[in-house]
Amino acid sequence: MEPIIIEGTKKTPDINFNAGTGILQIEGRSIPENSIEFYKPMVDWLDEYANSPSEKTVVNIKLEYFNTSSSKCILDVFKKLEDIHKAKKDVVINWHYEEDDEDMLEAGEDYQSILKIPFKMIEIEE
Amino acid sequence: MAEKFDKQSSLDFVYDFYVKMKKNNINLAYEGEITHQITKAFTSLAENNMTLENDPSSVQKKVFHVMVECLQNISKHAEVRINETTTTDGRGIFLVSKDDEEYNITTGNLIKSDKVNGLRKMLENINNLDPEGLKQLYKQQMREGRLSPKGGAGLGFIDIARKTGEKLVYSFLEIDEENSFFVLTSTVSRKNNLISE
Repeated sequence: MEPIIIEGTKKTPDINFNAGTGILQIEGRSIPENSIEFYKPMVDWLDEYANSPSEKTVVNIKLEYFNTSSSKCILDVFKKLEDIHKAKKDVVINWHYEEDDEDMLEAGEDYQSILKIPFKMIEIEE
Repeated sequence: MAEKFDKQSSLDFVYDFYVKMKKNNINLAYEGEITHQITKAFTSLAENNMTLENDPSSVQKKVFHVMVECLQNISKHAEVRINETTTTDGRGIFLVSKDDEEYNITTGNLIKSDKVNGLRKMLENINNLDPEGLKQLYKQQMREGRLSPKGGAGLGFIDIARKTGEKLVYSFLEIDEENSFFVLTSTVSRKNNLISE
């Protein structure tokens, strides 16, 4: 299955979803006005990936900012991953936040409490 | 009903406007269409200024968040009358003021009067909640809410209240039966308040 590689812009993050390695990355800023359009390819990709996922899926989230429109789409991405986890596959979400960014840590904890999927909170030292 | 443009009085107005901006510590004022270019320009400007001012990075991030949510609210929800029968989306007024203590981000835009009650209730509810209540409301809205066709998640005001830790200040001015003007001010303290959390 083809990977998704999208280069980041000032309003959208870098995306690198690789079915071969099972490593999925979202990194940068996510503040598009309408995030549905931007996240749709990732949600569709995960639908297909869910048919034959890697034994272990590692999701690296390193967001600097995301708006509330994106927050809902990111939840949709995580829900797809939750389904894969429910199907007894290994899935872990590594949620990165800068050391003084309490808001970003809290945002990760919000997702963690909504979803039944292992999260690892990782502090990035400046 | 625009009056004939009077050049001399407009010169007086400019000075008057300048004095009022200075008096109220307003360092950015804009009226017009809110496009993504505008959002990008204003947020970059604010980021540069805050870096020069040595504001803590947590404060810079909060100001950035509030600006993005406020500007995107206008571009999604504001209605502007061109004339009696035509309206267009996405215009409003946007102000940023700053003193030693805090940043204030203010938006003003037209909305339909029939939306006022619902919006007022929503804002009152948010202002009555403590941090834990806001967190629960945010999570509930994220789980149960659906994105509007324009990408609105119904989370913007809740998110601003959570991140700033301040009450939202707002008012509704009735223009006529159908239209009202909605003003909202969000405050970000310039003190690094990590310790209090």
